[in-house]
Amino acid sequence: MADKLIYLDNNATTRVDDNVYEAMLPYFKEEYANPSSMYKFATKASNALKDAREQVRAFFNAKSEKEIIFTSCGSESANTAIRGVLNMNPGKKHIITTKVEHPCVLNLYQTLEKQGYKVDYIGVNSIGELDLEQLNDAINEDTALVSVMYANNETGVINPIEKISEIIKSKNPNTKFFVDAVQVAGKIPIDVQALGVDLLGISGHKFHAPKGVGALYVNSKTIITPLIIGGHQERGKRAGTENVPYIVGLGKACDIAHDFLKYEATEVKRLRDKLETGILKNIYNARLNTGLANRVPNTTNIGFEYIEGELILLHLSDLGICASSGSACTSGSLEPSHVLRAMNVPFTAIHGSIRFSLSKYTTDADIDYVNSVLPGVIEKIRNLSPYQEELAELKRRKSL
Amino acid sequence: MWDYSEKVMDHYRNPRNVGKIDDADAVGVAGSLTCGDQLKIYLKIKDGIVTDAKFQTFGCGSAVASSSILTEMIIGKPIDEVRKITNKDIADELGGLPPEKMHCSVMGYEALEDALKGYIDKDELDEAMDELHGKPEHQDKIVCTCFGVTENQIWEALKINGLKTVEEVTNYTKAGGACGKCKGLIQDIIDTYYHKEKKEEEEKSTLSPAQKILKINSIIEKQISPELQKDGGDITLTDIDGDKVYVRLRGRCSGCKNSNLTIKSFVETTLREAIDKNIEVIEVN
Repeated sequence: MADKLIYLDNNATTRVDDNVYEAMLPYFKEEYANPSSMYKFATKASNALKDAREQVRAFFNAKSEKEIIFTSCGSESANTAIRGVLNMNPGKKHIITTKVEHPCVLNLYQTLEKQGYKVDYIGVNSIGELDLEQLNDAINEDTALVSVMYANNETGVINPIEKISEIIKSKNPNTKFFVDAVQVAGKIPIDVQALGVDLLGISGHKFHAPKGVGALYVNSKTIITPLIIGGHQERGKRAGTENVPYIVGLGKACDIAHDFLKYEATEVKRLRDKLETGILKNIYNARLNTGLANRVPNTTNIGFEYIEGELILLHLSDLGICASSGSACTSGSLEPSHVLRAMNVPFTAIHGSIRFSLSKYTTDADIDYVNSVLPGVIEKIRNLSPYQEELAELKRRKSL
Repeated sequence: MWDYSEKVMDHYRNPRNVGKIDDADAVGVAGSLTCGDQLKIYLKIKDGIVTDAKFQTFGCGSAVASSSILTEMIIGKPIDEVRKITNKDIADELGGLPPEKMHCSVMGYEALEDALKGYIDKDELDEAMDELHGKPEHQDKIVCTCFGVTENQIWEALKINGLKTVEEVTNYTKAGGACGKCKGLIQDIIDTYYHKEKKEEEEKSTLSPAQKILKINSIIEKQISPELQKDGGDITLTDIDGDKVYVRLRGRCSGCKNSNLTIKSFVETTLREAIDKNIEVIEVN
């Protein structure tokens, strides 16, 4: 319909950076050698792999590049970390995670439960902050693994990883700590040493590398079994000929992201706040689902009361605006977002919750456009709602 | 992205008949805020005809489209015709809905049913509905507590849409879509439903010998003979022995070189379908 494209769904995926794309190109048609080969022709591919590994090491501030494993995506990073740790500790059957993890992790834990593991799911408060006391109490002698996401994909709320790390080490120093950092890479600095984590996974396409490449940090004190068994690649931790062009892209994206961290923390945050303030000021049935919680700079999750999210997205799509919703209707499942439910977002707002996630490509003009058209879209949908009296009451209270 | 039809998109973009009728003669509600969708429908009825309809919907694109098209389908229609509208009719009118969205059309049907239930005497309506859908009386208990779906609603969805699996029932009614605890119950209902259908089929073959003769005779007279007469022929029943049916072809059929084809592919097939698949038709001269 609209010619415009205002892409505010960067937590789903991002546009590949031009410089990342350029860096990848030589490795498709010119330097296509298998990096494991012995001849001179393979030198460039082999060196490219080394360089990329160093770029990712620097991005994580890991001690050694031997601690970096390239994978195909965030889900593979998480699966490798979780299964790898558990397989090395077959005697321990207890795992701790959170109620708000990404489905790629949650569904794996549900599978493990069926295989005899006991999994504790730690809750969050009404603005999405993790219950650290509950986490502390759950750790015991049998706890093989604690797995906590760095920031939540739907709300952007950041978990205090360093603090959690301290809690774990004080309760059971043998318990391993895996962090799903997919939603923070490129948004806030990652320092695995300062954080004190054992394993940490990222996915390239969330920060301007292409889809199909990810990385996993495994510190030198942690031994894991491989998920994919075969050749010697990745020091035996991940078989399969290395995806050289994509790994080069990931390395380049790490370099660029590192340089853009300040821009994210200032400019992207300014635009996010501008969008958020505009919505909350101009739309009386809007509520910020995360309140005062500490968030990544690019994400806002707003609940529009008494209206439904899919319909908002469909109307926004007609105007060229891309966002996403935790509503039941969008996903095809009948349940609204497990994250917003864990936060006890009221039913009046949960079905109408929309996530806007920005990137370095978002402009003032994009945000001005959204702020100019969104009130009209919401009003149109509000007029369909059977909850006219409740809406009138909301409006009255807001104007006081 | 959902694969929505043009018509669905047109109706959620430009919903018809939105709003409330203050002096409505009938009002129906389906769904709830907790479920994620709710529909309120308001009707004006005069001399047995729906003269106006309006709706308010909290829900997704297909919920709004289902509500909107429903109002178009019923305005100007007599009540007894409106009563016959099913969720399938709504979905068909929209040019189809994705399977996961069929429950939106069910919501339209339920709101309409709710409105009309309030409009006339309840007993009269129950009778009419039973006649229409052949549902037993005892199924009002709630099966899915998450979405408040009753056994009746599931039964109806099975009947109207020919659903076969628990997953399909969830797509159409939402039942079992949240905690999933009722999936076993839903399977039981499906089993009972199809068992009942099977029983009806079995009844066909448990006719007494006398009933069977009467039925065969009536089918030959009313269905088969008129067809053969069109071609200048005819047929008479001469004897029945168990599953063997002896007939005589007459007129132009008699001695026709295709008579065996007539017997096997028409007479025998018709009788097998109507009465018993073991029936064998034999021609006597």
